[in-house]
Amino acid sequence: MTKKPFAIAIVGAAATLVLLAQSNVIIDISKAGGKGTIAIPDFRGTGDAQRFMGTFNQTLWSEIDQSGAFKMAPKTFYPLQVPQTAQDFKPGGPKLVDWSGPPVNATYLAFGYTAVKDNQLVLFGWLYNVSENNLASAQLIGKVYFGTVDDAGAKKVAQDFAADILKQFNLVSLAGSKIIFVSQRTGTKEIWMMDYDGSNQRDLTRYHSITTMPSVSPDGANVAYTSFAHGRPEIMIQSLETGRHLVFYNQSASMNAQLSYFPDGKSVVFSSTASGGYAQIYKSNANGSGLQRISNARAVEVEPKVNPRTGSEIVFVSGRSGPQQLYIMNADGANVQRLTDGTGEASNPCWSPDGRFIAFAWTRGFEPGNFNIFIMDVASREYTQLTHGVGRNENPTWAPDGRHIVFCSRRGGGFQIFTMLADGTQVKQLTTQGQNTMPVWTK
Amino acid sequence: MMIRNFSASKFTVIVAALSLTIFAAGCKKKAPAPPPPPPPRTEAPRPVVSKPLVTQFEAEPSTIEKGQASTLRWAVSGETSSITISNGIGSVPASGSRQVYPSNTTTYELTASGPGGTDSRTATVTVTNPPPPPPPQPPPPNRTLAQMLSEDVQDALFDYDKSDIRDDARAALTRDAGALKAIFQQFPSGTVLIEGHCDERGSAEYNLGLGDRRSTAAKEFLVQLGVPADRLKTVSYGKERPVCTDSNEACWQKNRRAHFTPGQ
Repeated sequence: MTKKPFAIAIVGAAATLVLLAQSNVIIDISKAGGKGTIAIPDFRGTGDAQRFMGTFNQTLWSEIDQSGAFKMAPKTFYPLQVPQTAQDFKPGGPKLVDWSGPPVNATYLAFGYTAVKDNQLVLFGWLYNVSENNLASAQLIGKVYFGTVDDAGAKKVAQDFAADILKQFNLVSLAGSKIIFVSQRTGTKEIWMMDYDGSNQRDLTRYHSITTMPSVSPDGANVAYTSFAHGRPEIMIQSLETGRHLVFYNQSASMNAQLSYFPDGKSVVFSSTASGGYAQIYKSNANGSGLQRISNARAVEVEPKVNPRTGSEIVFVSGRSGPQQLYIMNADGANVQRLTDGTGEASNPCWSPDGRFIAFAWTRGFEPGNFNIFIMDVASREYTQLTHGVGRNENPTWAPDGRHIVFCSRRGGGFQIFTMLADGTQVKQLTTQGQNTMPVWTK
Repeated sequence: MMIRNFSASKFTVIVAALSLTIFAAGCKKKAPAPPPPPPPRTEAPRPVVSKPLVTQFEAEPSTIEKGQASTLRWAVSGETSSITISNGIGSVPASGSRQVYPSNTTTYELTASGPGGTDSRTATVTVTNPPPPPPPQPPPPNRTLAQMLSEDVQDALFDYDKSDIRDDARAALTRDAGALKAIFQQFPSGTVLIEGHCDERGSAEYNLGLGDRRSTAAKEFLVQLGVPADRLKTVSYGKERPVCTDSNEACWQKNRRAHFTPGQ
């Protein structure tokens, strides 16, 4: 019995070593389970509340599991006596060591119960550090949560509790975050949106044309995209709240596309043929006025992305040295440097929320078209590969927690949207209907 | 056979009888001769007048197509003083033939007159109009601008990740320039959209720029050859509208193209 978790730990350590050996990209996010082992026994509900505990327990478990921060202690190892309130840890009742010792070997324990009170679902939730020696210092969270008396309420209180648990470890809960993407399920490419876990998929546009390449404003209020609705590719911006269009003055050009925002939301960059010739990188006010050309090369230059932390650097894709590669430049266009080494074809750069890393798609080591997801430490230019030749993997974008990546992959035949931890583990498929591409994870 | 049956004995009897008769006559020479009988009274011969009779008058053939000939044939017997055929033919001999070329159905009347009276007969030549000629070759139907583009103008193809006009594209675009000028002559207000397309391999974002470059390169080449620039618009579809969806070079090559469609 004691050998199994030990064996798992060895394998985990070996995997981490392999990852580190591959490159020196030292990223907290790469250390799946780095926050320790957590035990989450099933919570029970009093009376009517019990009806919704299936939803509650599943949500709480998956929120913590999906964070990738913890090792989940298997439920089959749990002691028979499960605490339901802090008061249960009394002489003769459950002991902390029941959870910290073998076979559970957990560092943390989440427990509690629910009940219906005043027509509300009430969760009493605790988080203990069971490795502590005394009860007084073990408690990390002891809090009451309220929701409606239904499955939605059960899901909400579980998410709120999970968010508090993650916050204890300086982690951001993804509950409530959205993924905007392109779907062809109705016949033409339109912009769609879904919840972070793949639920609640709905369309945002109905142009019946080609509408693609979405991005989101830093405050999460607006979605910008590139649409052929008026013939040539042009930029449109739409409020996610009202669905109304915001003004954007497109240049009179064969192409205006791929807008992304500066962190203040007041300026944008995009790719345009406004000067004739090759598509180049331009900067403008958020409504398209005040145009400035910021790249200048006889090559196709697309996909500008502004560092969301500093606002002072732009990564973009250019063919100026041959096959498409990633470049970085100052926000005014000065100091252009190539980030990728010139091999293969690189595309789809996306900054991590802290502005340190770029996730991107690269064909390095594969035939043209066979992209894999990589991440690069921009300061050191060191990179690591997250997917390994399963189908075509493209358009990675970071989750608001900086630990997850959403991307699209053709590994199952058609393009679908997947999430994974930024170390390439915990791959989860979110879409199944039609072809789905170009996901953007937003808060 | 008959002569042989006519036997010699019968011949002898006939000869004997004849001789006896001659002998007997010689015996009567002695009696007075009676006066000869008066000559038979003969009246002055009254002339016999025959009535004219049209024994034949016909048209052969009786039905002709306009412009063809029919032959009239006639014969008249009896005493005639005049024989005429109507419809401008006039006097004719008692028998004969004549070709006629009536332009409409015509009835000819032959009239024979003589001391004994008049006879006449008609013959009709029916003139039919020839069947109409086949309708004239219809002029070639006017092709639409879209038809002319799809029939006369070829795609220009490109190398992977390139927008340079290769030799085969140069040849295609040179022919296209001529075809486009002809099209614009026929459609003075027409415009043509040059679409730039890419194969599936590069990223969709990069291919949007690359397709734009291809359509622009094709336009610039055509303008060099005198195609009016203001009639040519460009658009990039990147890899959004492939003409072929297999993942092999043959298909990729088809997709790396500048393609021509009607403007607006």
